[in-house]
Amino acid sequence: MEQNPYLPITMKLIKNMCETEDKLINTFTLQFQNKQDEENFKYMPGQFAELSAYGHGEAPFGIATSPTEPGIIKFSVAKVGCVSNALHLMEEGTMVGVRGPMGNYYPMEEFKGKNLVIIGGGFAFTTLRSMAVYMLDEKHRADYGDITVIYGARNPGLLLYKEELAEWETNPNINLVTTIDRPAEGWTKHVGFIPTITEQVAPSSVNTYAVVCGPPAMIKYTLPVLEKLGFPPERIYTSLEMRMKCGLGICGRCNIGPKYVCKDGPVFSMAQLKELPSEY
Amino acid sequence: MKISKEKFGQSFDALTAEYQVVAPVSEAGAVNFKTAKSFSEVKQDYLNSKLPPKSLLFPQHEKLLSYVKEGKDITVKNELKVGKTVLFGIRPCDAKAMLLLDKVFKNDQYRDPYYFDRRDNTVIIGLACNKIAPTCFCSSMGISPACSEGSDLLLIDLGDSYNVEVITEKGKELLASLGELSELSAQEQALVDTVKSAQTTSKVDVSTITAKLDKMFDNSYWDTLHEKCLGCNACSFSCPTCHCFDISEEVIKSEGSRVRTWDACMAPLFTLHGSGHNPRDKKKSRWRQRMMHKFNYFVHNNGDIACVGCGRCIKGCPVNMDIRQAIDGVNKAEVVVD
Repeated sequence: MEQNPYLPITMKLIKNMCETEDKLINTFTLQFQNKQDEENFKYMPGQFAELSAYGHGEAPFGIATSPTEPGIIKFSVAKVGCVSNALHLMEEGTMVGVRGPMGNYYPMEEFKGKNLVIIGGGFAFTTLRSMAVYMLDEKHRADYGDITVIYGARNPGLLLYKEELAEWETNPNINLVTTIDRPAEGWTKHVGFIPTITEQVAPSSVNTYAVVCGPPAMIKYTLPVLEKLGFPPERIYTSLEMRMKCGLGICGRCNIGPKYVCKDGPVFSMAQLKELPSEY
Repeated sequence: MKISKEKFGQSFDALTAEYQVVAPVSEAGAVNFKTAKSFSEVKQDYLNSKLPPKSLLFPQHEKLLSYVKEGKDITVKNELKVGKTVLFGIRPCDAKAMLLLDKVFKNDQYRDPYYFDRRDNTVIIGLACNKIAPTCFCSSMGISPACSEGSDLLLIDLGDSYNVEVITEKGKELLASLGELSELSAQEQALVDTVKSAQTTSKVDVSTITAKLDKMFDNSYWDTLHEKCLGCNACSFSCPTCHCFDISEEVIKSEGSRVRTWDACMAPLFTLHGSGHNPRDKKKSRWRQRMMHKFNYFVHNNGDIACVGCGRCIKGCPVNMDIRQAIDGVNKAEVVVD
């Protein structure tokens, strides 16, 4: 029978963990309830899903796990509205709804044989984490060249996935650069905004793709830096956010020009975005 | 070929046993499409309904699913229900609009089962327009007052009978249960020919609008076009091709349902992000979106202009905004088209 794309699968919230010291971002770990659901939920880094808090509504979030992590999916969500608040307050063990995976994904095939510089700011690091974990997987690592991650937050307490970052620090397969906006006690790594740090530490643009996600201001000032470093628009990718409802390209609110971010995105190259009106 | 209204009325009444029969009926001083139990309820001499018949396939308020919460557990029920329907008496503009909605509710990746399960179980009996309103401009949108596009059967009112034209297989099947047809008289044939050759008197030129709009996103035209708009959404709600919707939750204690309701790009909250950012926070950008979607984006995505010239948005606007003038404005804008 044809799938009804409005019907969520039921998943169990097995972990509801606070990520940041401001207590505004939680990571939800959801567990598939049967093999069939998991098999139908084949996704790639960069895709998103509609997460239902029954009784409150549903909202779209980028998938923070990589398909190389079976049995579960994770979302890291900021507390901003009705659905995200309900999720933050939700007890572990509660059943939630998930529709997806939705949207396109980072062009992992196109990236093969290339170096990657992954640039993330604030909590827009979720699908970037998915991509890094995917490439670090032993089945995939040999497909890609050097991987550099430049990740910044306002202060150390606002960085996501701190344990994993600590592991990446010593992992020879990935070059991690973390930065915070202003000096903080005990912080020995970079201090400065992402564009400045990117200019200092970014690898050569030769045979390299850049993937940038973060707040609009960060993206706005990082793009000229990448251009200066020699990255053409075809080799710079980003992922966009929009208010969404259906996630199927039907309800009409997430368009940029004729493209729907939910169905034709959320991943776009800068070359693609240059063809679209600047209404996002 | 024709069928007498008396015979048609009897068949109509008989159809109500097997089908939900939706037809134009009087409602609060206007004509709208509602379920009719008898042909005697049906309003015949109307220009067009106040609201478009799209609500039959895409209701203004519709349950997608329902659920019961018990502690941490949840039981979810699909609310997709479909019955066989006959949609009688819709105008050619609205029948054409259904074809446009078909392109929205099915795209390269998804098919909307709530819309299409109804759509596939609906037979459309179109009724050509003997009278044309001053706000009608369908002739400019590639159709005409007796256009058969989108109808399964097309009727033309001949007074005490209907001229019947079979358009699709579905229509042919339904015709078998409507009764005997007879030949038209020469006089009736002349009337059919008149209705078929009729054109709307109001016209707009959309021959270059898509190409012009390709280059007009940043044009100063949008700076003033929106000025008198109140943002009431009457245009969107009465438009047969507008299809934007919201999905929300209705909950009482532990039981709830997920519903979809009509929404519109003219509403400021339509695009508001959780973060507070709003990519279309100005009325200017919302009017631009409305025009761009209908006359440019939709054409790029689906090959058609998403306007059928029904004129409802003109009639319904409390401040007399007129989409024909908005189109003319685009035509007059100084933009060089390749």
